Amino acid sequence: MIDMTVDLNGLKLKNPVMTASGTSGYGTELEDFFDPSLLGALIVKGTTPEPREGNRYPRMAETASGMLNSVGLQNKGIGHFKEVIYPDISRYDTEVIVNINGNTIDDYLNITGQLVSMDKIRAIELNISCPNVKMGGMAFGTHSASAREVIREVRKAWPRHLMVKLSPNVTSVTEFASIAEEEGADSLSLINTLLGIAIDAEKRRPKLANITGGLSGPAIKPVALRMVWQVSKAVEIPVVGIGGIVSSDDALEFIIAGASAIQVGTGIFLDPEAPVKIVKGIEDYCKRHGFSNTEEFRGSFEDVAP
Amino acid sequence: MGKYVRDLTIKESRKAGSDLQLITLFTGQPFPGFLPGQFLQIRVDGSSDTFLRRPFSVHDYDSSSGELKILVHIVGNGSRTLAAMPPGESVNAIFPLGNSFTMPEKGQKVLLVGGGCGIAPLLYLGRKIVENGIKPQFLLGFRNSSVMPETRPYSELGELLIVTEDGSEGEAGFVTDHHVLKEGEYDRIYCCGPDEMMKAVVNAPAALNAGCEVSLENLMACGFGVCLCCIAETVRGNLCTCTDGPVFNSADLKWGQPGISCG
Ligand SMILES: Cc1cc2nc3c(=O)[nH]c(=O)nc-3n(C[C@H](O)[C@H](O)[C@H](O)COP(=O)(O)OP(=O)(O)OC[C@H]3O[C@@H](n4cnc5c(N)ncnc54)[C@H](O)[C@@H]3O)c2cc1C
Ligand SMILES: Cc1cc2nc3c(=O)[nH]c(=O)nc-3n(C[C@H](O)[C@H](O)[C@H](O)COP(=O)(O)O)c2cc1C
Ligand code: FES
Repeated sequence: MIDMTVDLNGLKLKNPVMTASGTSGYGTELEDFFDPSLLGALIVKGTTPEPREGNRYPRMAETASGMLNSVGLQNKGIGHFKEVIYPDISRYDTEVIVNINGNTIDDYLNITGQLVSMDKIRAIELNISCPNVKMGGMAFGTHSASAREVIREVRKAWPRHLMVKLSPNVTSVTEFASIAEEEGADSLSLINTLLGIAIDAEKRRPKLANITGGLSGPAIKPVALRMVWQVSKAVEIPVVGIGGIVSSDDALEFIIAGASAIQVGTGIFLDPEAPVKIVKGIEDYCKRHGFSNTEEFRGSFEDVAP
Repeated sequence: MGKYVRDLTIKESRKAGSDLQLITLFTGQPFPGFLPGQFLQIRVDGSSDTFLRRPFSVHDYDSSSGELKILVHIVGNGSRTLAAMPPGESVNAIFPLGNSFTMPEKGQKVLLVGGGCGIAPLLYLGRKIVENGIKPQFLLGFRNSSVMPETRPYSELGELLIVTEDGSEGEAGFVTDHHVLKEGEYDRIYCCGPDEMMKAVVNAPAALNAGCEVSLENLMACGFGVCLCCIAETVRGNLCTCTDGPVFNSADLKWGQPGISCG
């Protein structure tokens, strides 16, 4: 009997597979393809205190085995989430995790304050790593003193599970991981997108209206895997792996590198059914290798020489 | 409306003009069907340079045989690979996606304007309009006669007017040079083509008193409303071309965004 559950530092998930923020809306959009309650958790799109229109079009450019996006946190704001989205998605029999964003610490505290009264939200993902907004976002995630301050303040205001999402656009990801752990994060998720640009040579113009965008998809998987491996050795709190996961093999690599759970992002665009197929693939792997839970092989890769 | 993710077998594929391929796909098990204006997200080969799905409009669909036609304009790697696939092979597709054109009411006079590859959704739209008891007029524009697909399917449904930029077929010029867009009187105009063409059409004299719907071909990552990459700037804020569109009432669009043209 395989037990697919994961205990993420007190947050119990029915399996290790989540959707990544900004790649599956509010989860409702996935109902056309599968029952979202089959997943370990749904991470809803990046939410800000006020409604945002995001960046101008074009907002995406395909690149080799990946894509750049410069959506820029388009969302209807926490008020809309509270009144319209929350009552609807509360029916899911899975964890709904809100990805929170802001330009200032007050913005983060404003959202956190409103989420406290929403009982069904047992965890938030503190995004200090969005590369697509001019202020805040990645600025918090790439500057260690600001990162420490925002995590500390949100920690004081949020009584339940706090997941901190790390930026890969730093010299040492483990430095930020340790800061988050010291400030009381319950878990870490990584990586957000890598900052990049794409150029149309014929027109000698950037392909994105915003010029820069965040790179995601299989192209970033080796970088993500390396960072997850380094971070899971550097901290005690659980790590959630993100970056280029499109199949259960990809997901398993992250678990073997040390991740307790994983998120599927761009993979959903390729195959909207990917998250449920990945759950099934992990289960099959456990059967084949005689594991009763993913914890039995998590972080195991260095035990076996190539 | 439910969505399907299926492997569709290519039944037939033939050249339909220079840089144009007409592909017939078998949709398999019966499903509720397509509305005119809807599209599919096709996974071409998943290679490193055609990694995301590619959106293609329903060019024609026959519910009794389950046969779907797409008209592919060859512009890059994805369309080239798709056009070269032999019958018997299959491609994975998500469908049906997007909203649809609004059907005209009985007795209304309608004009369907298409340019370049933008003519693809107009055939199925024309067929549905005919099923509703209205005979449409088509105004199709091309660079020259060599890039034109077979026009008989259109002329079988309604009156067909053709313009080519070089005059090699029909009248010479752009669709907006045609007298029907200058002096014609219509209740509804439907339009799909390069952004510049659509902008000109919706501002043509004949369009000013008609309800005008345009179909946009914005760049898409997902095609089903989760990534927010495909937005159109509208008077109601940024809307998704893949779920709120691809068909928009022209009066709702701001038309300010940098265009991506298909023709
Ligand atoms: C709702 C919708 C319906 C469409 N219906 C059809 C159709 O019926 N027939 C058809 O031939 N095409 C259609 N298109 C456009 C088609 O999706 C693109 O031409 C195709 O994705 C290009 O892929 P590629 O790999 O061949 O080219 P790429 O290598 O991706 O691009 C080559 C060139 O084509 C341009 N291009 C890429 N994507 C688009 C796009 N979405 N629209 C316009 N230009 C683009 C690029 O800017 C580039 O210059 C539709 C697009 C949308 C959004
Ligand atoms: C279109 C798009 C929108 C995104 N929006 C957000 C967001 O709002 N908040 C966030 O923390 N991450 C966002 N991300 C980043 C993803 O959650 C994820 O960290 C990243 O894409 C890497 O994973 P992937 O390769 O599986 O896509 C977005 C990614 C994409 C492609
Ligand atoms: S293409 Fe993803 S939301 Fe429209």
